[in-house]
Amino acid sequence: MALKLRCHFGIGAAVEGEALVAADNFSARYDLDRVRGVFSRPQHKLSGRSYVDKILVMNTAKGGVASAWMLHEMASRAMAPKAILFNAANTILAQGAALANLAMCDRFDDGDVTALIRTGDRLLVEPELGLVTITNR
Amino acid sequence: MNTITKPDLGMTLSPAEEAMLAGEMGPARQWAIGHQLQVGRMFDAADMVEVSQAHMMADPESLGEAGVSFVERFAALPHEQARVRVPMITDPRGVDLNYYDPLGQTEAMANLERRFVAACEKLGIMMTDTCINYQTIMPPVLGDHVAYGDTGVVIYSNSVCGARSNFEGGPSALAAGLTGRTPRYGLHLDEHRRATRRFFVQSQPQGLTDWGVLGAVIGRKAGSYWDIPVIEGIERVPTSDEIKHMGAAMASYGSTPLFHIVGVTPECETLADVDGNRLTAETVAASDLEALRAPFGARGEKVDVVVFAAPQLSLVEMRQVAELCQGRTIHPETAMLVCTPPSVYADARRMGYNRAIEDFGGKVLQGTCFYQQYAREIGEANGWRRLLSNSTKIVNILGGYGYTPALASMEECIASAEKGEIV
Repeated sequence: MALKLRCHFGIGAAVEGEALVAADNFSARYDLDRVRGVFSRPQHKLSGRSYVDKILVMNTAKGGVASAWMLHEMASRAMAPKAILFNAANTILAQGAALANLAMCDRFDDGDVTALIRTGDRLLVEPELGLVTITNR
Repeated sequence: MNTITKPDLGMTLSPAEEAMLAGEMGPARQWAIGHQLQVGRMFDAADMVEVSQAHMMADPESLGEAGVSFVERFAALPHEQARVRVPMITDPRGVDLNYYDPLGQTEAMANLERRFVAACEKLGIMMTDTCINYQTIMPPVLGDHVAYGDTGVVIYSNSVCGARSNFEGGPSALAAGLTGRTPRYGLHLDEHRRATRRFFVQSQPQGLTDWGVLGAVIGRKAGSYWDIPVIEGIERVPTSDEIKHMGAAMASYGSTPLFHIVGVTPECETLADVDGNRLTAETVAASDLEALRAPFGARGEKVDVVVFAAPQLSLVEMRQVAELCQGRTIHPETAMLVCTPPSVYADARRMGYNRAIEDFGGKVLQGTCFYQQYAREIGEANGWRRLLSNSTKIVNILGGYGYTPALASMEECIASAEKGEIV
């Protein structure tokens, strides 16, 4: 039995992976040690956790235009998340996803995506369809 | 004009845009418009809007080898295929090529910077290297559609100038330069410029840092790119530098692209102009401002580096710092960096401000901004952990870069640099 979550159509190709969830916000500049592939900002709810190849599920994006180039740079070293899901993306993260060919979706019909998805859930993200499937529930 | 609607993209394109998408104007413009259509579709743009300027954030730390190579591919194309179509300028660089070894920046970092600058110049981009272009280059005007990068530039231009820009990350600003347009979504549309949150300020800001703290509190409360604050209770018109610090902090803490101040900013003569009269006011009290400052206080602790940046300093700020430095000497175990655009650097040198700051023992960097210049690596190279600044924005950023940041006024920052500990 799979749980299907509808969202706005997004960016990037379909991807499957494991969720890493926090009711927190996201900036590649402010929050990450991009060399080591971990959240480095001490106040971040995922501080110390690796984001590499995970599907990040966060509330929204924070300031920082740099995140657009940074997603591309991280993807070039295979040190990027597989996808990022937001309640509300900002323009920068969407632009960065487009350049990095990273899947990104936001605006979920059923409410707060950081509550709908749990860390460890297996997800299928289909941005072209505006659909995220939790395959383990 | 004949237009074509692309059903698969949901956007209406002009013949020129169709030609770009078909590759008739070369691969750079084809990439650019394709990128813009992807983003425009995600945000429900109906069509494109022509822009008068583009401004690109692209420091080598963010770009990496991948980003520099990406732009170099376009720079290698014939001139007519890759020259930007509108005036396009740049945000601060990551390496001051006149002063990088003493900071602990490497030749590899400098070479990445040199390659990127050379590529930009081939594209016809003007290397202004500034995040205060609205004070130094060519401010946009009311209703002017632009494609600006740097959140501080965008929030100031939208709010204070009444221009229309989304946050355009480096790739999208480059795309806008190449196509001369941007997808018409977000802040280009009236409906996204109306207030969604209403704040009443009870405590009047005094000085640049107070304005930054106020912006940070409102940004944090507003919370997302799609929330637009309208602010009441401000009893005097802020200076350009004050509202610059306020906006930069608001954008940093909240991803906020636009704010209105009743009776001050051009789209908001009255509360009703931005539909603020329909919203319930939330109070911003002195206790909110104190709560934001609390994690950034460290009186009595040794300070490793004092930084004036984020945003870069205007000529007026350069004079203020220079005057505070007069007749004083920095503590031997403390460093001080001051970041300003090349255009201001030249004026400040002519007027003697740079000399006053450097006689004190500080260093004036041109065309960079501290947090965009490999902040983690230069911190590690110099053993800097305790950083002090009057910028509410920069103390928000640098925690993730291994610093323990503290916040104080410009006057307190200079006094702390002199004493070697936070006063």
